[in-house]
Amino acid sequence: MSEYAIAADGLTKVFKTRGGLVTAVSELTLHVQPGETFGLIGPDGAGKTTATRVILGLLRRSGGHSSILGYDSMRDTYAIRERVGYIAQQFALPADLTVMENMQFFAHVQGVSPRQQKQRIPDLLAFAGLGEFTERLAGRLSGGMKKKLALACSLVHEPQVVLLDEPTLGVDPVSRREFWHLLGKLRAEKGLTILVCTPYMDEAERCNRVGLMVNGRFIAYDTPKAIKRQVNGRLLEFTPSDTPNTLALLQNPSRLGVDGILEVQTYGAMLHLFVDDPALRVPQLTAALSAQGITLDGLREIEPRMEEAFISLIRRQEEERVDGKRLSVVGTA
Amino acid sequence: MRKRQQRLFALVRKELTQMLRDRRTLGIIMAIPLIELFIFAYAVEMTVDHIPTAVVDMSQDDESRRLVEALVVSGFFDVDVYLNSEAELIHALDAGQVRAGFVIPPNFAEALQRGTAQVLVLVDGSDSFTVQSGYSAALSVTQAFATDLMLQKIDRLGQDVGGVPIESFTHVLYNPNMDDMVFIVPGLGAMLLQYMTINLTATVVVREREMGTIEQLLITPTRPLELMVGKMVPNILFSFLAMMIVTFTGIFWFDVPFRGNFWLYVWLTLLFIVSGLGMGLLMSTVAQTQKQVQQLSQLVAVLGLLLTGFIYPRPPMPVAIQAVGGLIPLTYFVRIVRGIFTKGVGLEFLWSDVTALLIYSAVIMTLAAVTFRKRLD
Repeated sequence: MSEYAIAADGLTKVFKTRGGLVTAVSELTLHVQPGETFGLIGPDGAGKTTATRVILGLLRRSGGHSSILGYDSMRDTYAIRERVGYIAQQFALPADLTVMENMQFFAHVQGVSPRQQKQRIPDLLAFAGLGEFTERLAGRLSGGMKKKLALACSLVHEPQVVLLDEPTLGVDPVSRREFWHLLGKLRAEKGLTILVCTPYMDEAERCNRVGLMVNGRFIAYDTPKAIKRQVNGRLLEFTPSDTPNTLALLQNPSRLGVDGILEVQTYGAMLHLFVDDPALRVPQLTAALSAQGITLDGLREIEPRMEEAFISLIRRQEEERVDGKRLSVVGTA
Repeated sequence: MRKRQQRLFALVRKELTQMLRDRRTLGIIMAIPLIELFIFAYAVEMTVDHIPTAVVDMSQDDESRRLVEALVVSGFFDVDVYLNSEAELIHALDAGQVRAGFVIPPNFAEALQRGTAQVLVLVDGSDSFTVQSGYSAALSVTQAFATDLMLQKIDRLGQDVGGVPIESFTHVLYNPNMDDMVFIVPGLGAMLLQYMTINLTATVVVREREMGTIEQLLITPTRPLELMVGKMVPNILFSFLAMMIVTFTGIFWFDVPFRGNFWLYVWLTLLFIVSGLGMGLLMSTVAQTQKQVQQLSQLVAVLGLLLTGFIYPRPPMPVAIQAVGGLIPLTYFVRIVRGIFTKGVGLEFLWSDVTALLIYSAVIMTLAAVTFRKRLD
């Protein structure tokens, strides 16, 4: 057990609400190796935050087991808290303290000696790009800077493991990239184990392994590459001249008379279409659609990304749940 | 141990920094007790005198005029309206023009001689303080008037009865001039202090929860008890400062005498503050938002005003109501503070209330510590 940095076995959390029992996390099993970056991904309400809180010992578990660095989440709560960094989902540092006061406060609370603080705090602030803002109130920082300050504060006691709950929520793309750059540095230089909850698929691609969580349980648990391979078919991208009509036709491929159409997803003005064999299907498709007076612009085959894989897997899961069979793979049989 | 001290110190410093940074709130917190003290001091009068009064004098003779003069001289009645009938008088009372009225029937002087004179006194019953003061003042003024007449009569008959058979001498201890401030200031300070401690503590805890910062604190090695103490220390400091400001303003500005042992007063004030903080912590486990805190502390403030003996005496209250008052630490502290401040007595007389307050603080702190959780659920 203890060779894992973070471990959960059959972890379950049930909330008692007025409407009855709600299972937020159900039989979750995950093992994170030291130095690994693990992504807990999934839509809002999937149970990512609850799972993280239970693993940290912030919430009582209802069943199963969980530990960090071999310390049991419930029994060895304080041993965990001395060795782990955490960023809660909402920006949760005192807004009426300055950047420096926040750093010093968390350093003291974590028992970092004043001598160590003198060295570590400026280093961390420089690392987070906050060196010039030490006197600014935390509440007056931009969204990205707040997250970086939270990261710096969570690292002040040099934890071996950090758990980040949607650390880039509400942060602009540039700051998000910077934030992940910092995480990458930590992983490379300090061998930090990172568990990150995120709804962003581009962030999921940066993880060594991900668990795709829906309704409290994993529907996929592997490397991003392997997960993308789970998706059936190959992916085409194009912009149709009439998107609503095209979408309606592709969702009901028998009307179009083209076989091998597996799944269609919208992507802005573009459509993403999974087909079994592009070389065979592209000419058929172009012909069938032009018969309907629709032209396709910029048609090309692309590598499926986590986003497409994610949507496809969730859709498949839901359809299985509703009908008990795979509707999305009609045509491959 | 060293780390525990370091954590505690950091928590206290954090709370202090946050409190001092919010200057406006701090200013309001510190100014409110003083403002309320001055309002109470200058606006609130427990005994009502100079009651606006109307007289219906149907006799218009020497004796009736002498009675009216006696009413005015007493200082309780300001006779500035003369009316012609009882109906007019009731109208004036209805209109709120006057608060009391005297109806002197015709032939008052003659009736006096016969010993059958009557005077009708009407008092505005919609205001309880006016009723109390007006009723007893009217009674004592007319009684004195009658006694006086009786003595004159006996005197004229040439008999020597050597004055009234019984004369009572009332000596009001501790507050000989019956100065309302002596009565109000010590209790008022205590009441304001209670409101402040409960409110401050509940607010800082609930605010932390509302802003979500509690989660980030709980994930550190900080123990719940340390969190609790960290929040209490600055509150003790500020509450104590406010109490001293009120006390010294009372002593030096309003000339309220302080007769007891000042250090005893200080120590028991601190004990009282702790009991209030405990109540605040307990309240923060019930209230989830700052708004709810405000509502709840209003309730405690009103109960404090009515049930603790600060203004209204407790003994006449039903036992069940007295028991409710007993749940509020102010009940014990009002007696303690009046004992030390006004009567100048020490622990030998106050021990039962002090013991009650000690037990109270211990119980409520234990309760608060137990309910102050280290997890989120």
